[in-house]
Formats: sequence, structure tokens, C-alpha cells
Amino acid sequence: MQWRNTPSHYGLLSIALHWLVAVAVFGLFGLGYWMVGLDYYSSWYKTAPELHKSIGILLFVVMLGRMLWRWISPPPASLPEHDRLTRLGARFGHAFLYLGLFVLMLSGYLISTADGRGIGVFGLFEVPATITSIPNQEDVAGLVHEYLSWVLVIFAGIHALAALKHHFIDRDRTLSRMFGR
Amino acid sequence: MLKNTLAALALGSALLGAGHATAADYAIDTEGQHAFVNFKISHLGYSWLYGTFKEFEGGFSFDEKSPEASKVNVTLNTASVDTNHAERDKHIRSDDFLSVGKHPTATFESTSVKSTGEGTADITGNLTLNGVTKPVVIAATFIGQGDDPWGGYRAGFAGSTMLKLKDFAIEKDLGPASAEVELIISVEGVRK
Repeated sequence: MQWRNTPSHYGLLSIALHWLVAVAVFGLFGLGYWMVGLDYYSSWYKTAPELHKSIGILLFVVMLGRMLWRWISPPPASLPEHDRLTRLGARFGHAFLYLGLFVLMLSGYLISTADGRGIGVFGLFEVPATITSIPNQEDVAGLVHEYLSWVLVIFAGIHALAALKHHFIDRDRTLSRMFGR
Repeated sequence: MLKNTLAALALGSALLGAGHATAADYAIDTEGQHAFVNFKISHLGYSWLYGTFKEFEGGFSFDEKSPEASKVNVTLNTASVDTNHAERDKHIRSDDFLSVGKHPTATFESTSVKSTGEGTADITGNLTLNGVTKPVVIAATFIGQGDDPWGGYRAGFAGSTMLKLKDFAIEKDLGPASAEVELIISVEGVRK
């Protein structure tokens, strides 16, 4: 398997990025859901949100890299057996996953930086606050973050079910391609 | 006849003047913001955490000669809580603490005032917070009153009371040292 995408196959980098983001998105959802219910005296009460924010910032960087890589090395064309509706659905679905993820990450950033604090990333560096003047910023961004996280994780689940449908019912290469075949 | 009228006028104005000087209604000065509704709670038993409610309004009537006839009412916007930390403020507004979506306002309305000494009084009243109404006693101190430099007349008080979080249906457990919060108010009223 080569690094770059070809007109018919995904390359190693795109495949690695796809699965890395998949693990990060479901992991961040689970971590986020768990951490907001933690007891004040839990040893994770302070650590879990720090981890959530650090991974989230790194995911943002990875997603920027993924967008860049899409531009440098475009993904393969749709499978020839897919009809117009399938292609259109996939196109909008994938666009929504990208857009939703960026809005989700941005809303999370706007919660934690609403009072001008930066976000530390594993104690290595800090991402400074920028926008701090949206009215009730932490609350508005918080609602967006909470609801959109559910929408996105459900949508990602549908995305996975669709891939399984292609694999087991349509018996096409949609899912196999994401494993480099 | 004229003498009597003059006497009556003099008496009337004396009474009016006396009434005006002793019993009066004051609006809490939120415009110039010489009023604060603060709170103080222990963090783990190691330090004090201070917070404030930025938006509130209210008034009081105060009679120096008969302080026990005084009345006070305050309504505050619970979402205006500020502890100088956005994530914490968001958490305080959530259902773990003040449930500001369900209970956007908190109110205090005095029911009785009992003088406890020179310039001090216990103000009993109903506090509605987080949808729960409970009687509380605010230990209040009269700070001062008089003309201000801009043509108005002002009077100011400070007071505090201890609230158990559980009493107001705040179930989040912050630890044994943080079961109670002290509500500290400092208000200046401008005479209406």
C-alpha cells in the first residue's frame, strides 16, 4: 500500500487519519459524557477535562492536516456501481461529518476560553483565547457543544452502519477500501 | 384666624418634614452599582471562593426612628453569577447547582425586622432560590446615610446569612467543608 491516495484506492495516510479520527471522536464523546457526571472528589474530576481539551485541540490539528491532505492527495472516486443518489448522500454525509466536527471543536474551545483563559495541551503549550465577547458565551457554546456532540456521534454511527450495509448487503468495496483493499 | 392658619401650616410642614426625614423608600443603586450580592464558600476547606451576582434590583424602606418597620426586597438574575471562571460559572448555572434555566430568578422579601443593637438588626424574610422558598435571617448592619454630593440622599447596609446548599435543593456534593455558603450583601439605596 502506498502513502498517497490513487484514483481507485485509499493510501495509508488517509486510512490512518480516518481511523485515528474515528477513535478520537468516539473516545472524546465517551470521555466527555463520563467526565461531566464525575463526583467532585473523584481523582479524575480535574484530569478528565484536561485530557478532553488536550485531545480535542490535537484532533483539531489532525483535522486541519486531513483537510490539507485531501487537497494534496484527493480521495479515490466513488465506486462505479454506486448510483447518483448514493454518491450524493455520501458526499453530503461526509461534508456534514467534517463541518459538524469543526463546529463541535470550535464550540468546545469557546466554552473554556470564554473568560480569556487559554487551553493547555498536556502541559506542553497553551492555545490562547481569542473570541471572548459573545453574550453568555460559555452557556451558548456549552449548549451547542452538548447537543452537537450527540448529533455528530449518532451521525457517525449511521456512517458506520452505512459502511456495514455496503459491505454485507451490497457486497461492494466501500468498507474494504478503508482498510486499504 | 390668620394666626391659627399659620400655626396649622407650621405644624403640617413640621409633620411632613419629620415624616420625610425618617421613613422613606429607597431604590437599591444598581445604576451606579453601589450594591453587591456576593457569596463565599469554602474550597475543600483550604480557601475561600468568592462569587457575585451581577444583575439584580430591589429596594427598601427604612425608618431610623423605628427600624423594625423597615422592609427590603431584592430580585436577582441567577444566570448572572460570576466567579471569574467561565467553566465554573457554566457549572453553577447547570442543574448541579442553580438550574438557572428552570429558576431564572431568586428573590428575597423581608417579613420582619428585629433590632439587635445600635445600628444592627436581624432581617427575617423569605428567600426563594433554586425554586425553593425558605425563611432566612440576615444579620444586617446599618453603615450610614446622608446627602450625596449630587443632590440625592442615600442610606447603606451590609448583611450576611449562612445557607445550607441542601436546603435549597442543591445536591451536588462539594465536600464536608463546603456544605454551606455565606451570602453577603452590601447595598446602598437612593431615596425615591
